[in-house]
Order: sequence, then structure tokens, then C-alpha cells
Amino acid sequence: MSPAAVAERRDVDALTVIDAARVGRIFREESGRSVATLIRVLGDIDLAEDAVQDAFAIALRRWPDEGLPPNPGGWITTTARNRAIDRLRRESRGRELLAELALVAHGDDEVGATEDEEGAVDDDRLRLIFSCCHPALSGEAQVALTLRLLGGLSTEEAARAFLVAEPTMAKRLVRAKRKIKAARIPYRVPADHDLPSRLPAVLAVIYLIYNAGLARPDEPLLCAEAIRLARILSALMPDEPEVAGLLGLLLLTESRRPARLRSDGSLAVLAKQDRSLWDRALIDEGQEIVRRCLRRDQAGPYQLQAAINAVHADATTFEETDWSQIVLLYDRLLELAPTPVVALNRAIAIGELEGPAAAFGLVGELDLEGYQPFHAVRADLLRRLERAEEAASEYERAAALAPTEAERQFLRRGGRAPE
Amino acid sequence: MPRYLLSTHTVEGEQREPQGEEQMRETHRRLATIEQEMSASGAWVFSARLHGPETATVVRVTGGEALTTDGPFAESKEHLAGFYMIDAEDLDIALGWATKVSETIERPIEVRPFAGFTDEPGSGG
Repeated sequence: MSPAAVAERRDVDALTVIDAARVGRIFREESGRSVATLIRVLGDIDLAEDAVQDAFAIALRRWPDEGLPPNPGGWITTTARNRAIDRLRRESRGRELLAELALVAHGDDEVGATEDEEGAVDDDRLRLIFSCCHPALSGEAQVALTLRLLGGLSTEEAARAFLVAEPTMAKRLVRAKRKIKAARIPYRVPADHDLPSRLPAVLAVIYLIYNAGLARPDEPLLCAEAIRLARILSALMPDEPEVAGLLGLLLLTESRRPARLRSDGSLAVLAKQDRSLWDRALIDEGQEIVRRCLRRDQAGPYQLQAAINAVHADATTFEETDWSQIVLLYDRLLELAPTPVVALNRAIAIGELEGPAAAFGLVGELDLEGYQPFHAVRADLLRRLERAEEAASEYERAAALAPTEAERQFLRRGGRAPE
Repeated sequence: MPRYLLSTHTVEGEQREPQGEEQMRETHRRLATIEQEMSASGAWVFSARLHGPETATVVRVTGGEALTTDGPFAESKEHLAGFYMIDAEDLDIALGWATKVSETIERPIEVRPFAGFTDEPGSGG
């Protein structure tokens, strides 16, 4: 073989090499879709999960030799369905179940042969996320199920992400799945009139997954997974402004993630971030979503937070930030979500607009004792008001509550980067 | 079809504003309407109210001998006060009925599935 041919061959290999890592990536992208479809077909979460695992095990054996099928996700769903049906045929109770499935499928031997009907498949993922985030399940169970079934995270990965022992996470998942089955939590998208009460839980779960990732820089999977889920949801529910708002908020927050941490691992506040590190593509996409939300004019908490982040993204330096715009947005947010944390963030914006004295007055009224950012903000305002002694004790309070050692040391230095 | 228990509990020592006679009649009228709705839709199976826990007796058989004691079984502050047994396609429908009852009696309702009534694999019918 000529050297050129060898080189060319190597290029081809680089493009087509299918190793465990590649199959793993495809698993993360596609398993949620397959699991969702199989739960509808089989009516059972465990059966569906096992079948999809089986299909990926087969893929891991075959794809490296045979190459990727044209539609890997579709291949997985079909293979999983066939495997599940084979397995059921071998068990007597399974044969009963198959008879029932055949009835449901109007005698069609190709049970649930619908994976090419894109609409039905997409609806499956929507069904699944609403089942995972059903109000009859605890918040912890909602997050665990969503990551496991839609995100394809293993029990071990989900446990690590939420800092619990693997058996604890396993028990949580088993209990939740048992409740879904025994109590018959429905597998369907809520009717329009129920959406206002059911959608917030779904959005909260995705937002929580993102924030868990933000707090754990060693777990990059979570932020990416939350954004992926928000993208799926916004594609499936294009008419829900808050779904778009959540996606916009996540994209704009994500755009700043490269600038969020200093080299020592402590948090860089907005004023101190190197804005050249912000991801322009994510900002553009997020701001476009915010503009569409503004045109629609049905403000909600996620949209307003996205809009606030869009204003920050517009400023090339901290000093150029349009604080009056941000205060206006916080005013509206506080009307819709009157929480002390929102009030604290509004006070910070007012501090930039009117000076630290105005902000300090507002912050003093808040009941956020024990909330680390509250003490860090007070410390910063006291420092700017040149009340050094009070600032020092407030920095100490914030340091005692800091989530990481780097953060603790940063605050103990009085909010100064190391020399 | 799945079957659910909708139960309500009294809480010992809990002070509730006493209902006037007119108010009580109104509550009963509304409950009767809900029960009619349940019957008409095929959901209603059975419903009952219980006398207080001080009327309860516990029988315990140990070594072939029955021991009868006064009082409720569980040493808790909450005691079963009444229940509905209903058939519903799924939990959302059962929760819908529970919401209506809870609104009327102004008490929380616990919704629990009966075992052996769903037609899911492994449930045995």
C-alpha cells in the first residue's frame, strides 16, 4: 500500500471507528427515546430498560465489525422490541402479556411497530418526562427517574452526581418505579387544562439538574444533560413560553461557565469574569430565544431570568451593564416569584444602579440567615461602604458556609484573588 | 381495573372550628352529590365512616389463645375516620376524586392502590 493510501485508510478509520466510547455516546443520545417507546409498547419500565440494555449490548458486539446502521436509534428501538418479545415468548406469564399487547395492537403481529412514526415517538418522550415528574413522586425521585430513564445515566452516575451512595440511589429508583406501577401513575401528556399545574415540576427538575451540574464542575455530564432535556422539551412543546424561557436561561448561563471559576477553583462573580471566555454561539442562541419570548409577551419566571441574563450578555464590560433594565426585569420577577433570593438579586442590581447604601438597606430586610450568597453580598456591600470591621465578620460568616475549600479561602481573604 | 382506597383520618387533639348545623347539612349534601357522580361513572365501589378510635377493640392470638384488649391497634395520633373504595383507570383519575372529597370535607385524603387489581405483568390479574 502506498503511503498516501495508508494515510487515507487511517482517515477513514478515524471516521468510522466504533468503540465502546462511541457506543456510549450514542447510548446517552438515543436510549431515552428507545426506553420511552418501549415503555409504551410493553407497559412496564423494567422490561423496557432491560430490553434497551440488551440491544446496546448487541450493538457493542456488532457495530465495531459491521459498522453503524443508518439510523442507530431506530436500530436500537427495533432490536430492543424484538428482544423483549423473544424474552416474553419464553415465559408463560410473558405469553399472557403478549396476548394482551396483541389485543392492544389490534392483532398486529408487529407489536408496537411505530418507531418510524416520528410523532408518536416524540410523544413518548413527552409522556415519559411527565410520568417521571409526576407530583405523586418525591422531588428526589423525580430527578433520579428523569436522569435514569431519559438521560440514560447509570445508577452509579446518578448517585455520584447527587452525592449519595449507590445503594441509596438504587433504592430510590426501585421505590419510584414500584410506585408508578402499583399506583398506576399514567403514561401520558397531561391535558391542556392540567398543564399549568404539571409543567412547573418538569421545568424545576431540569433546572435542578443543571444547577447540580453547575455546583459540581467535576460532573460535566449534568449541565449538558439538562440542556439536552430542555432542547427536547422545547422542540416538543413549542407553544409553551416558559419551556423556551428555561432553555434560554440554561443556554445563557452555560455561555458563562468557562469564565465562572478562577484557576484556584473559587467562584468568579460577574464583575470579575473574563468576558472573552463567554461562548458567543450560546449567547446568540439564548438571546434569540429571549427575543421570541418578548414578542410573545407572556412573561414567566424562567423567561424573566433568561432576559436578565441576556442583558448581562449584551455588556462587553461589567461597567457597561444596563442596570436599569435589569432592575426593571427583577421588579417583574419579584411580582411573579416573591422569594427572598429574588429580592437579594434585585438588591444587588439596585446596588449597581444607586450605590451600595441603597442595596444594603434592602438586603437588611431579608430573612436569609444561613444562605451563603446572602452573607457574601452583605460582606461585599459593607466593604464598599468602607465598614471594614463589619465586612470582615460578614466575610467570615460567608466563608463558614462556603461549599468548597477554594471558595472558603477566597472569602477569608476578604474577597480578593490570591496574590 | 385498578382499585383505590381514599381515606381520611382524624387527628387526636386537633382543634377544628365546629361546624354549624347548616354548614354540616351543606357538607353532607355536597358529599352525596360526589357519591352520585362516582356511582354514575362506575367509580364507586364502597364507602363508609367509622366511629372513633375509642370504640376499637384489638384481638391478638398468641400460642392459640385469643387476647382481647381495649383500644386502637396503632399507638398513633391519626386514626382512620372514613374511606371510599373506588375503581379508576389510573392515579390521576383517583386523585381527581380525592380532590373533590378533600375540598368538601376540608381534610387531606390519602390515596392508596389496592394490591391485585391492576392488569399489569406480575400483578397476577
